[in-house]
Amino acid sequence: MSYGPRPWRQLHWDTRAALNFIFGGTGGGFILFAAFVPLSPRLAQTALLLGLALVAAGLTCVWMEIGRKLRAVHVFFNPFTSWMTRESFVALALFASGFASLWTGGPRLAALTAAIAVGFIYCQGRILRASKGIPAWREPTITWLIFWTAIAEGAGLFLVFAALAGSGTPALAAGTLALAVVARGVAWSVYRGRVSGDLAPKARAALEPAGKQLYQLGAIVPLALLLTGGAIDAFSSGAAVLAGFAALAAGWRFKFVLVVRASFNQGFALPHVPVRGGK
Amino acid sequence: MTRWVMIADLRRCVGCQTCTAACKHTNATPPEVQWRRVLDMEVGVYPEVKRVFVPVGCMHCADPPCMHVCPSTATRQRADGIVTIDYDLCIGCGYCAVACPYQARYKVDKPSYAYGGPPMENEAQTFDWKRIGVATKCTFCSDRVDAGLAQGKKPGVDPEATPACVNSCIAGALHFGDKEDPQSNVSRLLEENEHFRMHEELGTDPGFYYLWDKAAKEGYERGRSGL
Repeated sequence: MSYGPRPWRQLHWDTRAALNFIFGGTGGGFILFAAFVPLSPRLAQTALLLGLALVAAGLTCVWMEIGRKLRAVHVFFNPFTSWMTRESFVALALFASGFASLWTGGPRLAALTAAIAVGFIYCQGRILRASKGIPAWREPTITWLIFWTAIAEGAGLFLVFAALAGSGTPALAAGTLALAVVARGVAWSVYRGRVSGDLAPKARAALEPAGKQLYQLGAIVPLALLLTGGAIDAFSSGAAVLAGFAALAAGWRFKFVLVVRASFNQGFALPHVPVRGGK
Repeated sequence: MTRWVMIADLRRCVGCQTCTAACKHTNATPPEVQWRRVLDMEVGVYPEVKRVFVPVGCMHCADPPCMHVCPSTATRQRADGIVTIDYDLCIGCGYCAVACPYQARYKVDKPSYAYGGPPMENEAQTFDWKRIGVATKCTFCSDRVDAGLAQGKKPGVDPEATPACVNSCIAGALHFGDKEDPQSNVSRLLEENEHFRMHEELGTDPGFYYLWDKAAKEGYERGRSGL
């Protein structure tokens, strides 16, 4: 196999697209906890509103990137095959359900909103997976890596939110954060093992440090802090906040690197070279 | 059924870029946009090194990932295999560009001209606002193909019905025709020569073939006798 020009980094999706995955994923994960962690009604509503605002911020960022902004409604035209269209429909349902839940304050609608938020996160993973031109994105296990990092980010942000709101350390969010950072680490490990051979050296060089941080800052640090906080009551709230920030920072950095820095195409390949002249 | 495909004979291409220039002239693409590009590749390891010129562009895949991901249905596929973009529908999200394994799609967000400043007369005449902020790519000169067919011409044989890049090729390296017609020029070339397609392992079933060697003698003779 002979290879042609070296792969180069795509420039069609930049930081604005990355922010959709960052804010959208974190917002989706956050809504999950806003729906299921017991909080005062006012605080639960604030949490849900914050989650929806994050998703909206992500979508606004991606809207800023499209070439024909006034035609944005055309994004709804292809639900049959396009995960971007599906994400848009799910986002519509998320906002409809979310605002209905805010209006009524009903737990069923909150649960429905959370389920839709999970669907939104899944769509984000599938959007990347369908991008056949970018080896770092098209690997099928990217879906679960994106999924688990969104859950970890949502749980991390929720711990910070709960601490700032004076609600202590919700056990459900702390437990899920511990589970999610481990699942994210496993997902990264599986993804890395499968994608490594397909990546351009520069893509691998960009992705490896960010992936390593998913282990270190994104998993080991939060787990250690949660364990320490569990053992020392006085440190509990502070540890939870730090664990949340660590999980959040590692996830955000990874997504930024994945979308912006590691998004090399595969260049061109010649399986045969021309045979010129007589045989 | 018809399936328009293009063939590049890598043994013949000399990398003169005439096809690139013809495409730019015909389609009035702005600077840095080349729907038909010719890569200058150096392959192998010293002392076994070869220089290969490889025409690339939209491969008009039978299973185009760009079409599947397109949220606006701007990217479509005609019955004859040509993949098209409706500039009035496209929102310029760039999803098709990252889904294309051949880097065949372009998006220009503001007008640009060859000499930076105001457009030259020909640029002003051919400028099309519809192409700003949306995805563009090689069309296999579908307008020429359609107009030629309407006049009873044969694409790939009659220049009036053949893509500009193929018409312009000084070395006879580029060919265009109907792969479903066993008597067509492209069917014969594929029969008589060893060929491959770029990144076939991705399953996109590209409509762009590269010839690299003569076929084994039996296949070549069968092709010559029209069997």
